[in-house]
Amino acid sequence: MTDAPSSVEKPTDPAIESGLDRLTPDRIRQVIQQVLKKETGPRFKAYVETCMRCGLCAEACSYFLSNDRDPQFMPAAKVKNTIWEMLKKDGDVSKDFLRRAVRIAHLECNACKRCAMYCPFGIDIAYLMLLVRRICHKLEITPQYIQDTVNSHSVTLNQMWVKDDEWIDTLQWQEEDARDEFEDLQIPLDKVGADIMYSVIAPEPKFQAGLIYQAATMMHAAGMNWTMPSTPGWDNSNMAMYTGDNEISGRIARAFFETAARLRVKRIVMGECGHAFRSVYDMGNRWNSWVMPPFEVVHALAFYHELLTQGRITIKEKYKKKVTLHDPCNVSRGRGLHDKAREVVNMVCEDFVEMTPNREHNYCCGAGGGVINCGPPYKSERMVNNRVKAEQLAATGAEVLIAPCHNCHSGLEDVIQYYDLKMEIKFLGDLIYETMEKKIYEPGA
Amino acid sequence: MNSFIAFIMGPMVWISVIIFLGGLTIKLVGILRAVRQKEPYIYSYVTLKHSLRSIGAWMIPFFPRSARMSPVYYGISYLFHILLFLVPLFLASHIVLINEAFQISWPALNDQVADWLTLGVIAALIFFTVRRLMVPEVKFLTGAMDYVLILLVLLPFLTGFLAYHQWVAYRWITVIHILSGELVLIIIPFSRFSHMLTAPLTRAYMGSEFGHVRQARDW
Repeated sequence: MTDAPSSVEKPTDPAIESGLDRLTPDRIRQVIQQVLKKETGPRFKAYVETCMRCGLCAEACSYFLSNDRDPQFMPAAKVKNTIWEMLKKDGDVSKDFLRRAVRIAHLECNACKRCAMYCPFGIDIAYLMLLVRRICHKLEITPQYIQDTVNSHSVTLNQMWVKDDEWIDTLQWQEEDARDEFEDLQIPLDKVGADIMYSVIAPEPKFQAGLIYQAATMMHAAGMNWTMPSTPGWDNSNMAMYTGDNEISGRIARAFFETAARLRVKRIVMGECGHAFRSVYDMGNRWNSWVMPPFEVVHALAFYHELLTQGRITIKEKYKKKVTLHDPCNVSRGRGLHDKAREVVNMVCEDFVEMTPNREHNYCCGAGGGVINCGPPYKSERMVNNRVKAEQLAATGAEVLIAPCHNCHSGLEDVIQYYDLKMEIKFLGDLIYETMEKKIYEPGA
Repeated sequence: MNSFIAFIMGPMVWISVIIFLGGLTIKLVGILRAVRQKEPYIYSYVTLKHSLRSIGAWMIPFFPRSARMSPVYYGISYLFHILLFLVPLFLASHIVLINEAFQISWPALNDQVADWLTLGVIAALIFFTVRRLMVPEVKFLTGAMDYVLILLVLLPFLTGFLAYHQWVAYRWITVIHILSGELVLIIIPFSRFSHMLTAPLTRAYMGSEFGHVRQARDW
């Protein structure tokens, strides 16, 4: 095994290539030194100085396991091929090196932090990979597709270039449709003083509006006092968090919390998205100097659990097919919601089978951490890099895979298709919607 | 020669112990001060309870999943670290020297047992070396410094073993034994051996992030 990357990077991404063209050795050195010396502190130093090169982190990484244990894909090797080299050369690295570094940090790491649980010292390699992304951001060599989502965040405060009127339009369209079925159902906009602000990620209004419909149906059936904001700040997603554009990332989170403050809600409930939860529960608040979020932030999994255990919604007839559950990193390893998720699944489904390993130790979906957001050009390698997940899914023999996170859902849908697994994929909300008692509109009743 | 031996068995011991303890103390103070200056948020997240929970969980043999996935390496590594402290501190001939200097003493290991345990340490170091050479993912990470570190630990134990048996060049072996032991002590604060200080700190921080913020287990 040599130190050279297993394959020489092909110059494929136009954003990376045009960015590299603009760079001078001076600029590269300056940015790397600035980030590694000025933007880090004793934490970074301790991580670099404490690693004893024991290799135990390898076992944690789905990339390593999926690529026949190729050392290039183990977590510490990714640090060796990026950070260690930058430190050794004090920032004097080549463009070829950077082309590879972008690839490692953006496409060969989901920042899922599973490796932090396999390192005896708890070294946070995801943090180091996000530092590399920060450097790439400052060098302006972030992959094109994910950079576009950040541009959208920057202009519109949502991830998908959803225009202000389109957003309101979509909510009203869903409300109108739902009112045909459910008596007096409302999606209350800007209701100041409501108990709950419900928030979603921009892909929902963009192309999964049915999920907003389902959520509204649940709120309606449960009789919740809720609202959705009509103004920018409604989107809880945050791709800038994953490109190292901390300034925009902070702006997004701040606008989000300010929207909740404007509506004077008691708490924020959010749809089934993992990274969005990480943004508003863990990272975005920190950038804005809140130790913990200024509002109680409730992920859909915890909210479903509350609705079902308090009897606010009841299950008419349990779901029959054999289901399995994927634990998204940002809500299991990120918030310990895996046990509640299981309780909900058991309340809703008759036949639940575990995949192994599970809970905090679940294999990553391979899509999160901004990887899937680097777009279609990288889809096939994303599939190859997550063979271990396909094997894990196949071993369950389940007919339905529940993936309660948008990124996981999209990524696993690809995995199912690519590896030809005979499985349907669903959000947990899909199953609750299907099985719950609803307030159906009966004309003349 | 006699004055040289007197020096390395007298003042040099003091010097190495002072550098060892002083170096680690300065390092710790430096880290804590730098955290306050540059990353004060760390103090907002670290809690004693979750730090101890995490460190404790990782002290229980084969409790973390990571350890169960690599039981041979973890088991050997676990014993190795215990012996690293146990053997030198409870060796009869070391205790005799300390007793001569300070009139304090504590129960010693049986010499025969200590001899075998020393061989255990040497065997573990050989295992680590072979692992670095053979296991692809470890080999990939290994640099020259990793072998230097192994050699540095090997020297005092190997020479200690040889000195006890007095097979050859007893005097020289003993000199190398003393010097290499002192060298290891001196080098700890300035090398990755300082993970004896920093590893509990990184573990405490990660344990707190997991326990306090993420409300999940980190083992």
